[in-house]
Amino acid sequence: MLRVEHVTRRFGGLVAVNDVSLTVAPGRITGLIGPNGAGKTTLFAVIAGFVAPSAGRVLLDDIDVTAEPPHRRAVRGIARTFQVVQPFAGLTVRENIAVGAHLRHRARAEALCRAEAIAAEVGLSAALDEPAAGLTVAGRKRLELARALATEPRLLLLDEVLAGLNPSEIRDMIPVVRGLRDRGITILMVEHVMQAVMALSEHIYVLAEGRLIAEGAPETVARDARVIEAYLGHGAAARLDRARAGHG
Amino acid sequence: MSRVAAYLPIAAVVALAAVVPLVVTSNTVINFLVFTLIVAVAAQGWNLLGGYGGQYSFGHAAFFGTGAYVTALLQTQAGWNPWATVLLGILAGAAVGAVIGFLSFRSGLRGSYFALITLAFAEVFRILANAAGITGGAAGVLIRLDVRPENFQFASRGTFFWVGLAVVAIGLVLTRAIERSRFGAHLVAVRENEDAARALGVDPLRVKLLAITLSAGLTAASGGLYAQYFLFLDAGIAYGAWISVEALVAPIIGGIGTVFGPLVGAVVLQGLGHLTGHLAGEIPGISLVVFGALLILAVAFAPDGATGMAGRLWRRWRRPATPTTTPTATGGERC
Repeated sequence: MLRVEHVTRRFGGLVAVNDVSLTVAPGRITGLIGPNGAGKTTLFAVIAGFVAPSAGRVLLDDIDVTAEPPHRRAVRGIARTFQVVQPFAGLTVRENIAVGAHLRHRARAEALCRAEAIAAEVGLSAALDEPAAGLTVAGRKRLELARALATEPRLLLLDEVLAGLNPSEIRDMIPVVRGLRDRGITILMVEHVMQAVMALSEHIYVLAEGRLIAEGAPETVARDARVIEAYLGHGAAARLDRARAGHG
Repeated sequence: MSRVAAYLPIAAVVALAAVVPLVVTSNTVINFLVFTLIVAVAAQGWNLLGGYGGQYSFGHAAFFGTGAYVTALLQTQAGWNPWATVLLGILAGAAVGAVIGFLSFRSGLRGSYFALITLAFAEVFRILANAAGITGGAAGVLIRLDVRPENFQFASRGTFFWVGLAVVAIGLVLTRAIERSRFGAHLVAVRENEDAARALGVDPLRVKLLAITLSAGLTAASGGLYAQYFLFLDAGIAYGAWISVEALVAPIIGGIGTVFGPLVGAVVLQGLGHLTGHLAGEIPGISLVVFGALLILAVAFAPDGATGMAGRLWRRWRRPATPTTTPTATGGERC
């Protein structure tokens, strides 16, 4: 469904994303993980059209969309959430979601209706008429998700929708995300909450210092020595092995 | 909110206002009211772009003046009918809006940069109009007195009041219609957060261009009314900063980004301006002092303007016992 080919993005002398290629298969949840500063959010911005790549291409269903602005990609069916939530603070929850719903529904009444249905889906029904500025962090994360869903996307890019939530909120959120996949929405998620991303993803890419260092099924990636080193530092994998051998 | 419920308050307010010339006979009062309506139209125009779109223009004089000059000059120079020239003035104002909008939004100007560039455009227009031969230069343009309705000149000031009220009504209906449309939702989304709007499929450039074009057209209509009412223009009137200030202060005082805000603000501003004029004697510039003071008060104590404050007081008066104002209406049509 989505193909990223040799994407590089430089900011001055810094190479945030370095020659990254990946594919997201339709109908699946694909995870993108990596330590802080690995370039995950930049890569997301490139896929959604907010940042132009210095080199490389982004293809959606084999159509090159690299030159298209974000709103055009939204029409094609790419929706994203923001890591730092971006609510329309002065509007109510209902109005927030309706802006997304307007992408496929011109009539105001219809968009407001859709908003209500989607709010129910992500568990925001009680807050429909509250100003978005008054929501809790968890509420805002849900609102990000609801707005993106309202555009009726085929590919959903989730940028750390679980970050900042407490364990019980995360437990509530996981079935919501899985429910979207079951409805046929393809998902690419950036996530720091390792437990959640391992539970949800069917395929994982690992980014470190702008480069792709590993990919595969969650279990494979979790055992990968390069991944452990990227997270825990040089020599960590070997120390872990020794520790395991010692216990065994 | 059903369609009827959405437009009923507008019909009520306009109907009530329409009675005024029948009961008020004082020429001074009608004169004051007509001027207030003209300011209200300019303010409605500003409110579309500034209130709903969040793009604060300091140079709506550019549109007001264009509407006024096109209305006046096509009569005096080409001999065209003023009803037609007012319409052409609106189109010309809208076109100027589109061009200024394209130049500034295309280059990504926002906030104070956008405010400054609009101010600069209006000043350039003022200086050019003051120097050009066709506008009559510093001497100004005088529209020949020829009182006939088909000539957009009326024997009674009351008739002009109704014409002005009709334009205000159009502005109210247009604003409400935008509020209830997809374009309106997009416009507000762009005001609140442009990046989030883009992610949801909104093209901010397109939305802002449409907004400034409509906004400029409405403010140009105000200029056309001004020209026909006073039958005189010079560069300082048409492109002067006074109208830019009135057009932006009125919605802020009355309630920014609301349907009735500009009208309420214009009435409050003009009313207090006149009142202080009477009380303080004719101290030059005293009305501007009042505007400034009101603006400070509004920003400090009622950022949602007079209409917002009235709404809050009304709710408090209705339910003095319940401190939490839970929204009673769900606000949505049944799905």
